[in-house]
Amino acid sequence: MNVLSSLVVVLALILVVYLGVDKAGLTALFGTVLPYVAIVLFLGGFIYRILYWAKSPVPFRIPTTCGQQKTLPWIKPNNFDNPHNGFGVFVRMVLEVLFFRSLFRNTRTQIVKDGPKVGYASNYWLWFLAIAFHWAFLIVFVRHLRFFTEPIPEWILGLQAVDGFIEYGVPVFYITSVLLVVGVAGLLVRRLFSSQLRYISLLNDYFPLFLILGIALTGVLLRHYVKTDIVSVKEMTMGLISFSPVNPEGVHVMFYIHFFLVTCLFAYFPFSKLMHLGGVFLSPTRNLANNNREVRHINPWNPKVKLHSYAEYEDDFRDKMVAAGIPVDKE
Amino acid sequence: MADPKPDTMDYYKHDEVLDIDYTPPSENWMDIKYDPAFYERRAGSWIYTTKKQHIEYLGMPNPHDWSPTDEDWGLPDNWKEIIFNGIRERLDKYRSFKIFMDCCVRCGACADKCHFYIGGGDPKNMPVLRAELLRSIYRNDFTMAGKILGRLVGGRKLTINVIKEWFYYFYQCTECRRCSVFCPYGIDTAEVTMMGRELLHLLGLGVNWIMQPVASCYRTGNHLGILPHGLKDTLEFFAEDIEDVTGIEVDIPINQKGADILFATPSGDFLAEPGTFTCMGYMMLFHELKERYGLTYTWSTYCSEAGNFGLFTSKEAMKRLNAKIYTEAKRLGVKWIIGGECGHMWRVLHQYMDTLNGEIKEGWKEAEEPKSPITGTVFENAKSTKMIHITEFTSDLIKHGKLKLDPSRNDHLNVTFHDSCNPARAMGIFEEPRYVIKNVCKNFHDMPPNTIREQTFCCGGGAGLGTDENMEMRLRGGLPRGNAVKYVHDKHGVNKLACMCAIDRATLTTVCEYWAPEVDVTGIHELVGNAMVMKGEKEQRTKDLRLDPLPGFEDAEDDDV
Repeated sequence: MNVLSSLVVVLALILVVYLGVDKAGLTALFGTVLPYVAIVLFLGGFIYRILYWAKSPVPFRIPTTCGQQKTLPWIKPNNFDNPHNGFGVFVRMVLEVLFFRSLFRNTRTQIVKDGPKVGYASNYWLWFLAIAFHWAFLIVFVRHLRFFTEPIPEWILGLQAVDGFIEYGVPVFYITSVLLVVGVAGLLVRRLFSSQLRYISLLNDYFPLFLILGIALTGVLLRHYVKTDIVSVKEMTMGLISFSPVNPEGVHVMFYIHFFLVTCLFAYFPFSKLMHLGGVFLSPTRNLANNNREVRHINPWNPKVKLHSYAEYEDDFRDKMVAAGIPVDKE
Repeated sequence: MADPKPDTMDYYKHDEVLDIDYTPPSENWMDIKYDPAFYERRAGSWIYTTKKQHIEYLGMPNPHDWSPTDEDWGLPDNWKEIIFNGIRERLDKYRSFKIFMDCCVRCGACADKCHFYIGGGDPKNMPVLRAELLRSIYRNDFTMAGKILGRLVGGRKLTINVIKEWFYYFYQCTECRRCSVFCPYGIDTAEVTMMGRELLHLLGLGVNWIMQPVASCYRTGNHLGILPHGLKDTLEFFAEDIEDVTGIEVDIPINQKGADILFATPSGDFLAEPGTFTCMGYMMLFHELKERYGLTYTWSTYCSEAGNFGLFTSKEAMKRLNAKIYTEAKRLGVKWIIGGECGHMWRVLHQYMDTLNGEIKEGWKEAEEPKSPITGTVFENAKSTKMIHITEFTSDLIKHGKLKLDPSRNDHLNVTFHDSCNPARAMGIFEEPRYVIKNVCKNFHDMPPNTIREQTFCCGGGAGLGTDENMEMRLRGGLPRGNAVKYVHDKHGVNKLACMCAIDRATLTTVCEYWAPEVDVTGIHELVGNAMVMKGEKEQRTKDLRLDPLPGFEDAEDDDV
């Protein structure tokens, strides 16, 4: 149900832009107005969400420790999985954000009917698909900066050259195009074929996958199969970035489809789970040093509570304490 | 013989418990009803509710007697408003709560990491879905998408059925944080469960097995409600057994002003085997240190508990119970504090105590950065809290050769070690306990890597779930741990499971009896007490702290009789 609705939504978006551009000629709407709206929503929403999170304090220092703590000098601490200082936290966050350290730990648990009853197997599939998808998407995104720069900086051209090193096809296929499609499709397949995952998956989980798959596939089509006037496209993108938008003739509707799906992704981003991009940096179980006993962590709203003082306690039990020969403050 | 009841182990057939189906039901999880019939059917997997008197004594909201098998749970008329305000307040107070509500992508990495899910297969015990129970309400009423699109984007309306569902599942999480190790954003279900339980407490809904100890601890200083003279009697009783074993009469310093160290431990060690033997181990260790090195310590009746069931209740309750540690350290004028073997207690001491109650230390004139006067080691890692873990202390003593040990007395034992959830994942104390064990026992084998250290499995009874009426969930939740114990038993002949947690010592005894019946449970300082050669002890010990004969002395005459 959720799968189908997500797919239908994405197909509907495609239909809307197809009709809008191809039949109604609304190139200015899809090429200029909506992209600007989307970018405003994206930036505004992103900042709003980060501020919304940041507004709440971190009352307690609650790192999840995944390695040996720092205690005695002869016991080797694991500063990257259980950081005791800022450097350790930095490395832990780098490993988490760039290499998905926690996902890498993933295991698969099975009930084995004979022998040991519960078995654990390492399970790198999720990690592989996730890392392929995220890194490929990042590099694809960066490669696209060639549409928004003139002259194109050397490093972007360099990145393109590296990405296309297999030199297959004209124009060459990029490795990241393949990895992006494989990653997203793999994550989608995984979600569809595991009954547990299907049970927990929402529209909010399928929709971004279909959307990004749509972006990737239309991108591949545009580059390799549906040739459009690339000069006009660049004229358009440069117009957007320099705030003097133009909507030249001769741009294929496939480009508008691709571009509109990206527009939708930007607009949708801050209001969705995709904000884990920002959230991962703010997660208190990961971004704090485990130095609780060394440095006092201050809670701005430390609750005021009623206490049972020693004096009250002694009043309650003085007779018994005296009778048992336990020292008391007031005889 | 009467048929066994759901609160006994015998009620559960191994085959039936192991017939676990991980395929989720066809019914959408939002549509499942938690009516009285459900709770009646599921006896053995939920915990009796708090008696009114305890809620009243603690001054918490809506004290009333009720049962989940009632149709009417006795909620205040404005219960919905209370929950919404409660959620709003917690969102404002905890960044963790916001992030954990917003960032989950439902990747499913956590799904099969929960011991209750592994042992039971109920999809709502997948950490991701446990969080969705609360997240769906958050989404529906606190996010724009949810307000507009509702169920389409995973929101649902807050109904009485939701509250009834929360009660079931937030008391099926032991706050062990194993899922949080695997989550790419570090989403910590313990944090979500804490929020869920705090919200339920706003409506007067809690479980007696947690709230009675909280009330007792507030009044008497310990969870079990042991009164001052009772504590003294208990320790004297232990001292008699120690004398029987070693020939040494150990001191029992209680509420002694001017001692070097305050020692605080979970009160479970005063009451129930095998924790009691661990308590004897502490007494022997401190007596020995006084005899050999002049280090003095004291027990406290006011602070006769360092464990803290407030952690399973609310931050306020935790603070109220925890305050007595610094209060008593200051009153007695000790230099620093040692904490005994306990799991959740160390989460509180390590991650919460200083933040909650650090200001009590003001005016504690004698306070010093913990420094072992015996070895000269300064525990810089506890510079601020002034409280160290007993295995940090003991491993340092052993490393410096300050204890005379005869590990051969433990030769009949083949030991493995259970990392308790909280010391593992909220502290990272892995090597210290292993170092101590390996120095007092020659035969040691770790369990498989996926089941120890940061990946350790809960005993199934943490966070206040270790009571008998919850037997089915304890056995199911204990499966991964029990299975790993069985594995090292079969492979290496392990016959002893060491742990440093009072709840473990109580609940793993049951888990082992059910899943690994040839293995029994011990605390670390019981092993230390048995191996330690005390100054002036009898020439030859013939029995261990359990008063069982040591190998070779099975027929020895008991000279006390």
